[in-house]
Amino acid sequence: MFFLLYAGGSRGAEGPFFITYTHQMEEPGNLELTTKAVTGSPDGGNGFIAAAAEFEYGIKAWWTTEVYLDGQSTPAESTIFTGYRWENRFRMLSREHWINPVLYLEFEDINGADKTLLEVVGHDGEEDLIAPNDEARREKQREIEAKLILGSYFKGWTIAENFIAEKNLGHEPYEFGYAAGISRPLALAATPDRCELCRENFQAGVEVYGGLGTHSDFGFRGTSQYIAPTLGWTSAGGIMLRVSTGFGVTTTSAPVLVRFSVTYELSQFGRTMRKAFDMGGDQK
Amino acid sequence: MKIFRAGVVLIFISLIHAAERKGTPVQQAPAKYVQLQNPFEGTQSAAQAGQKLFARECAACHGKNAGGIGKAPPLVTPDVSRAAPGALFWVLRNGSMKRGMPSFAHLPEPQRWQIVSYLKSLGPLSQLSVH
Repeated sequence: MFFLLYAGGSRGAEGPFFITYTHQMEEPGNLELTTKAVTGSPDGGNGFIAAAAEFEYGIKAWWTTEVYLDGQSTPAESTIFTGYRWENRFRMLSREHWINPVLYLEFEDINGADKTLLEVVGHDGEEDLIAPNDEARREKQREIEAKLILGSYFKGWTIAENFIAEKNLGHEPYEFGYAAGISRPLALAATPDRCELCRENFQAGVEVYGGLGTHSDFGFRGTSQYIAPTLGWTSAGGIMLRVSTGFGVTTTSAPVLVRFSVTYELSQFGRTMRKAFDMGGDQK
Repeated sequence: MKIFRAGVVLIFISLIHAAERKGTPVQQAPAKYVQLQNPFEGTQSAAQAGQKLFARECAACHGKNAGGIGKAPPLVTPDVSRAAPGALFWVLRNGSMKRGMPSFAHLPEPQRWQIVSYLKSLGPLSQLSVH
């Protein structure tokens, strides 16, 4: 129904990254819809495709909340729903600085068959992707995750670093990870005319991410590490497509992970809903 | 008594400080930004590009013709038309958390200046048919 009521879209602003968060927040009242998928073929296991549906909403200029619904399909095994995540991001400084911190807090209730790989922490590795769905889905992963997101914009470049700490609410150790990325639009100035394939609509970058072990075994030993060139394109109508190929650089990593996503932002969704349900929203 | 006086003075200073921080976001722009020159000054194509960017980034809140919607103020006002280009650039960079305006620092600097060019081309409300 809301698509019928909805007035128009605008452009998502998070750049071409899949794993790395920038300090860019969702605009208040906007709802961003994203489908992120990842496919891989781990050695010794079946190929898979996993996807996450994201619903990101700007509550305040300093507070963004997001819900994920995860699932995956492994041919010759099954297609299953693997859980949900609820994240909140809080911008910590009101103005723009050289380095801009954002605090990220997430609760996730997923199972061991989740292969969306939205972050890599601890000693996550290729063997996690090999376990058969029937077996892996029995493992409950109720986890709290915190990230410190640091972001900067410099002469058209977007630079972001994330430090991740994750704790399974069961009897698991604290796990750590990181992600970092750099990207840039292919043109910094906009052309006067509406265009689809002009350079300003493309963003290219690279991100690196991986685990940092646990609190008792901190470091790179036995962890997965990836380097992933990324490319994003935004249509004049506001739909953003992203694609990335991640290459595992340690023996623990999956050799290749191909990711793609589609994003569309519903501008002022909150206002539209308030009007639709006559909840005393903003008046002209 | 001394503590009471000191408290009054502190409250007074705080009020002055708070008053200094009041005003529109444009009025809060630091001097070093106010002095910045728009590299696209007087370029018609920059204003056109800015119009395209405005439609994509700003119109959902401020209205298609910048006339304002709800809490998002109109931008076809004397405050904006008389503002230094650098002050508008500073507002786009920082937003105003207090007023619910996000930062647009993710836009490359040339694109922010193009939006400034467009805003400066609008003029005050009386010259436009808003909505």
